[in-house]
Amino acid sequence: MLAIYLNVVVQGVLTGLLYGLMALGLSAIFGVVRVVNFAHGEFAVVAMYAAFVLFRVYGIDPMWAMLPIAVAFFVIGYALQHTVIDAFVGRPDHEQFILLVGLAIVITNGLLLVFGPDAQPANLPYAFDSVMVGPLIIDEVRVYAAVAALAVCAALFAFFRFTRTGTAIRACADNLVGAAVVGLNVRRLYALTFGLGLACVGAAGALMITIADAVPSLGPAYTLLAFTIVIVGGLGSMTGALVGGLLIGVSEALAGFLVAPSMKSMFSFALLIAVLVLRPQGLLGKKPA
Amino acid sequence: MASNTGFRPSRRDLLGAAAAVSATALIGAPAIVRAEAKTLKIAKLLPRSGLFAAAGQSCHRGAVVTPKVLADYGYAVELMHIDFESNVDVARTQTERAIAEGAQCVTGAFESGATLAIAQVCEQRQIPFVIDIGSAPQLTEQGYKYLVRNFQTNPMLVENGLRQIKDLMAATKVSFESAVYVHANDTFGTLSRKAMDELFPKAGMPFPLKDSIAYDPKAQDLAVEVTKIRAIDPDLVMVTSRSSDAIKLVRDMVRQRFEPKAIVSPGSPGLYDEEFYQALGPLADFHLYNLPWANPKSEMTQALAAAFKQAHPKNRFEVDCFNAGFTFEGILIAADAFKRAGTADGPTLMEAVKATNIERHVMTGGPIRFDEKGQNNDITSAVVQSRHRTPTVVLPADVAVMVPVLPMPAWQGRS
Repeated sequence: MLAIYLNVVVQGVLTGLLYGLMALGLSAIFGVVRVVNFAHGEFAVVAMYAAFVLFRVYGIDPMWAMLPIAVAFFVIGYALQHTVIDAFVGRPDHEQFILLVGLAIVITNGLLLVFGPDAQPANLPYAFDSVMVGPLIIDEVRVYAAVAALAVCAALFAFFRFTRTGTAIRACADNLVGAAVVGLNVRRLYALTFGLGLACVGAAGALMITIADAVPSLGPAYTLLAFTIVIVGGLGSMTGALVGGLLIGVSEALAGFLVAPSMKSMFSFALLIAVLVLRPQGLLGKKPA
Repeated sequence: MASNTGFRPSRRDLLGAAAAVSATALIGAPAIVRAEAKTLKIAKLLPRSGLFAAAGQSCHRGAVVTPKVLADYGYAVELMHIDFESNVDVARTQTERAIAEGAQCVTGAFESGATLAIAQVCEQRQIPFVIDIGSAPQLTEQGYKYLVRNFQTNPMLVENGLRQIKDLMAATKVSFESAVYVHANDTFGTLSRKAMDELFPKAGMPFPLKDSIAYDPKAQDLAVEVTKIRAIDPDLVMVTSRSSDAIKLVRDMVRQRFEPKAIVSPGSPGLYDEEFYQALGPLADFHLYNLPWANPKSEMTQALAAAFKQAHPKNRFEVDCFNAGFTFEGILIAADAFKRAGTADGPTLMEAVKATNIERHVMTGGPIRFDEKGQNNDITSAVVQSRHRTPTVVLPADVAVMVPVLPMPAWQGRS
């Protein structure tokens, strides 16, 4: 029985890492640009379809397709911030909300027009494979996806920690006025951050197609999931997003196993409410000054 | 010289009268046309997109060929094909729209929640509604006057399904030690669970039901659910599912190397859809489903199969025959009633629908007749097993094409 519990926890951790990667983009964008991307889940679904098409048409495995998709999403994010969203930075929250919700609706309906409403599975050749580690049986696809998610997270952390551009972006997040005073090109850094945020979503979406079927209507559910994770982890904290993803992944898996699988989402929201009541800034978030 | 003895209408009076006559004609015209039509106009509502799209499309393929087959039997129908997008609200508004556009009868609708919504509209508008697939018991328990159902209820499906598991054990000499019931938590799934909870203790099954596990059909995967089943370790898994979640269930069973003796659906779709076969390949074989099925020995089934193959060369009638067969029969019931009634007037047509007695039809079971609640109680089930990705009747022996294979072969090494 202990092995079964361990198996459930491992499944939760692997899924949680993927969730964490998806939420990381949302957290990075909010932490720097101070815009909440309400079209976040929809972008993840676009990436799922991109990976699906690359696999079905060109036979490119989603694990490899993740790289060009992330690059493409970076470009899209950069352009979107530069051309549309930049004008809304600093404007009232409801205006930003309407803009991004509108974008989300356009994306969902565009996907419906192109791909139809039905689920599209990638059907990877190794989709049914699993590995035995002692008494544990672990899905190969989840392991690959989780390792790839960890690699992307590590690369992003390294970028922000060790590069001059990353340091400049962090400076913008910490003190916008100070960053502008020392001559940083804030507009360009915002666009870079939005691009990086979408690149994370692109990578996460490409990996998601390995464990879930692509459906246009998934977008709002993913947006909600990403919000839950970043609020639990701390809005604006990238480490918090990863920790939040792991917590949600494991709590859903355990709740599904111990209580009722159909009620597992309820537990992530219970966790969210508990965090909001006990630590409103999130587990790793900073208290507002 | 003006007369002062009688009423002399003014121009305003004349205009008013003309407007009133026009309005009466406009309102009354559809009813007159409806009553006098020589061809019955039927609204065929299906979930051709959304969550139930695969099944809806399968039903639709049957509906498309039905008018031609019925014409050969002397029936005249015209179909309005309507997609309600697997959405209850859309089902309601589309039914309203179809009736406003001249539908004289409605058939459908595969999903019980949407079927309930359609029933309410048809009842208000006094338009006969023939349920071809829809198992929620309350559909025929709420006193609707304009509704009949040519399909088994959830309790009937489960009761027949359980009985046939016993037949299966007797035929194969394979016994089960324990079972787990897994079901979607949608309308169909929860009603089946309710029926299972009531009927399993009374059915005298020779094994215990260890647990019932509900899952969200929109879940990304069913890994936790399968882990939970694996922890119980039953040798029989009974499932109530749709094809998209049945794929996830089997996929996670294979990944977790869980190998029960049998996966049996006691009265639900999911394990035999083309989508299921294509996604799982050889792993889709040997699952069993105890359901009403198309009677291969019926002349009408053969006519439907021939028309189906001609119209849909890329689809297999053997896979679609459950959905296509019931869809066909729903339209047949309406057409037959219209032929006997000689009118499409709602109340008169409904009387004829209730008096249905069709000996010659497609699905297994006796003549199509309805009790006072509008339920056909004479539909029987067969045990069907997927073999070489084709649904194959394996019981009862008199209609079986192959013998059942139990326990099912291991996942590994299938080709």
